[in-house]
Amino acid sequence: MIDLPMMLPALPELILALLAMGLLMYGVFARGDRSASCTWAAVYGIVVAGAVVAMGGEGRAEAFYGQFVTDDFTRFAKLLVLGASGATLLMARRWMVSEGIARFEFPVLMLLTTVGMMLMVSANDLISMYLGLELQSLALYVLATVQRDNLRATEAGLKYFVLGALASGVMLYGASLVYGFAGTTSFTGIAEAVAGGDPHVGVVVGLVFVLSGLAFKVSAAPFHMWTPDVYEGAPTPVTALFAVAPKVAALSLFLRVALEPFGALAADWQQVIWIIAMLSMVIGAFAALAQENIKRLMAYSSIGHMGYALVGLTAGTPEGVRGVLVYLAIYLFMNVGAFAVILAMRQQGRAVEGIKDLAGLGRTHPLMALAMGIFMFSMAGIPPLAGFFAKFYVFMAAVDAGLIWLAVIGVLTSVVSAFYYLRIVKVMYFDEPLESLDPVGSMALRVVMSVSAAVILLFIAMPGWILSQAEIAAGALLAG
Amino acid sequence: MIEDMSLLSIITFLPLFGAACIILLVRGTEAEVAENSRWVALWTSGVTFLLSLGIWIGFDPSRADFQFVERVDWLPEYNIAYHMGVDGISLFFVLLSTFLTPLCVLASWDAIKSRVREYMVAFMVLETMMVGMFCALDYVLFYVFFEGVLIPMFLIIGIWGGPRRIYAAFKFFLYTLLGSVLMLVALLAMYLHAGTTDIPTLMNTTFPESWQIWLFLALLASFAVKVPMWPVHTWLPDAHVEAPTAGSVILAGVLLKMGAYGFLRFSLPMLPEASAQMADIIFVLSIIAVIYTSLVALAQEDMKKLIAYSSVAHMGFVTAGIFAMTQQAVEGAIYQMLSHGIVSGALFLCVGVVYDRLHTREIGRYGGLANNMPKYALVFMLFMMASVGLPGTSGFVGEFLVMLGVFKVNTLVALLIATGVILGAVYMLFLYRRVVFGKLEKADVKAMLDLNPREMAVFAPLVIVVLWMGIYPSSFLDPIHASVDNLITQYEAALAAADGVSVAAR
Repeated sequence: MIDLPMMLPALPELILALLAMGLLMYGVFARGDRSASCTWAAVYGIVVAGAVVAMGGEGRAEAFYGQFVTDDFTRFAKLLVLGASGATLLMARRWMVSEGIARFEFPVLMLLTTVGMMLMVSANDLISMYLGLELQSLALYVLATVQRDNLRATEAGLKYFVLGALASGVMLYGASLVYGFAGTTSFTGIAEAVAGGDPHVGVVVGLVFVLSGLAFKVSAAPFHMWTPDVYEGAPTPVTALFAVAPKVAALSLFLRVALEPFGALAADWQQVIWIIAMLSMVIGAFAALAQENIKRLMAYSSIGHMGYALVGLTAGTPEGVRGVLVYLAIYLFMNVGAFAVILAMRQQGRAVEGIKDLAGLGRTHPLMALAMGIFMFSMAGIPPLAGFFAKFYVFMAAVDAGLIWLAVIGVLTSVVSAFYYLRIVKVMYFDEPLESLDPVGSMALRVVMSVSAAVILLFIAMPGWILSQAEIAAGALLAG
Repeated sequence: MIEDMSLLSIITFLPLFGAACIILLVRGTEAEVAENSRWVALWTSGVTFLLSLGIWIGFDPSRADFQFVERVDWLPEYNIAYHMGVDGISLFFVLLSTFLTPLCVLASWDAIKSRVREYMVAFMVLETMMVGMFCALDYVLFYVFFEGVLIPMFLIIGIWGGPRRIYAAFKFFLYTLLGSVLMLVALLAMYLHAGTTDIPTLMNTTFPESWQIWLFLALLASFAVKVPMWPVHTWLPDAHVEAPTAGSVILAGVLLKMGAYGFLRFSLPMLPEASAQMADIIFVLSIIAVIYTSLVALAQEDMKKLIAYSSVAHMGFVTAGIFAMTQQAVEGAIYQMLSHGIVSGALFLCVGVVYDRLHTREIGRYGGLANNMPKYALVFMLFMMASVGLPGTSGFVGEFLVMLGVFKVNTLVALLIATGVILGAVYMLFLYRRVVFGKLEKADVKAMLDLNPREMAVFAPLVIVVLWMGIYPSSFLDPIHASVDNLITQYEAALAAADGVSVAAR
């Protein structure tokens, strides 16, 4: 017998899952243009789910016999995930129509991957963790190839699938090792099993495998190889999705796995994450220097950003977790905004994605160039923009935890990465326009651009609010 | 009464408000937009300057502490506040920024023809950042303004600069950023030791000696690039040469002062022991800067490059003066910075005048301007003499005080630095001779017209200030006095205490 009240904490996920199934039915059986109605239904569904998450009670609640947990941390992360998915869905609409691939499956798959991400965020057991991860990944594999007549897109999807499956396998193997030596799959149980701080070596090996799988999902170096190709090959709206929502979800899961079940093994995983964070920052900075395709550039940029966020996790302190959460929130606005600009890059009705296509944007589209300039300076971490504060908090946590050298490497790579962000500003403002971009037709893109730019620009006026939210969220994670 | 009006915030953010007005309100055809943007920028910066005179009037020269203090919680979780205030050291830098900005707007009136609206917005944002930086009494706030300057300056050089503007803009940005981020790490370390980023509190915090050297080096990385000190000065000639005239004026006039100001505000009071230990190294770098860059200046064929190198040499005086840590030397260093801010700015404007007419900065293309541009020749001569340090001009007071102060501490350093004065006279007079004297034989040079009324309006205030600072320095030195006195007393007390500890440890 299903115990209904017991499922209540998972209400937002249930809403979205049921909606996805309903829309699938509707899409299959209804006639006419179903993509528009499905898109709007999905957007409303995400808004409703977001409201339910936001209004969810305080404190910790469990469902499905402890497999699924909600607390202040999951609320924070889920709102970010839902915000990113919703914004992407809105921005994608016009692009999909223009490219002639506006199918009703797109919003349905978006909903399914979103459910997967929310499940990842709420996972409290190795089984539910894997379940969420796979649901998210499978939907993303399909989304990457949604433009199925495009050679690059199918290649990207296949590449992502093969490598993603490998990563899942590695992770599953790690999970089985952990289960074998700890005797349980529950995060709470594992935490008790390793509480002594002197675990069996099998648990540590398993932990390293699990962390490798997670590093793959957040596209942290040295597990980043798939990122540039997939970003470049996938249709731009899907790239916009890749860049934000799955990263938020995977990094939240990363935080929970590292701090809750394996919190006692901090000394073991810290050195692993130290290296992952360092490599990501370095590769994200140097590999992006020579890119000509803006989506590839954003891929390396996101690798770098994940490195910075992981600096906060390496610290492993409440300040560090808070820093990561603030980083994710600001990262969301910067990336969603930047992708709104990239989605708006069309010449005579054709989507373009070369950096040089932005030439002279400052003259032809002053407001769009201004917004992109704000995002780029912010990603480079230049005050007074929000990106500076994101880096400031994680580096502060790192220095506080005695990781001075990691912080020094971080700030130095941020100078290197400033070069390629500045290059975009240079192309937009210093170069003469070659072939002008089309006017931005989509209202959604314009709204997303302006709102993101305003948030990034005005963040400095009241940086406290998001910080206190992140603090509550971080408290929930470390208390558990 | 003036204290209560949050005057500093008004002065800091009024230009930003002007920038918002230019973006949001100015509409119409391209010519109308350009014209209105110019006027809005001029009025905003003019009013800002007049308001900033209020701090000078209301400033109490007998007090050494911070005045016009404002404090609002900003990031209470981290104990970081929006904390503003000025003392004798920062007072005139605020005034220098607000004084030069309207002149820059005026100097760009005809010279900038494309994208005037964006240009004026960039200058207004720049003014906010500069003034805010000198007023900030919280390290994070300081850092935000300190780095925020890079964005408008990058755009000014990159959009309205000369042929190699992109190279220069990137070099400027990345050089400065590289230095600044190391300061950020030092900032975080200092915060975690002291639990606050409040500058007055940090000044009274004693940092462990083992930390001090590292913190000092991190700060040095940032400030040395800004000053700029030899050997990290190479961004400066490029940036100066490629920037539009007004950009060079602000760069030389105000941005170069940020580094030296940083030494006075952070390195010396917060890290006294490290400063004392590192003083010799700074002296050596300063001497190299003075002598080597003077010689380099002598060999330049480009007017702006020559003045850029002379800036490095003059800033060598400043760093030597600061680290001599005597009353005269530090006051002289501050005075030299103010004087250099006015004089080098004016010299760049002088270059701008002939550049606007002939569109070349090559010294050899000019000659004999005294014949057809007598007013210009007179103005140029005055600023040239001030740069050389002729008595009666502002340049003399600063150099004299620095040399006097340094002489007390180290005769050899004073001697070597004094050679810089001679070399300075050589390259400036050489420049002046080639541009202004000689035969007027080139046809296009003959056709050049003398200063127009707008240009005279730009130069008149600069001439007045240069003479005023040279003839009656007390009106500027008096407000500086108490704060510098306090700085040195604290510094010596900290050193004495440290000595006491090390003696006791033995």
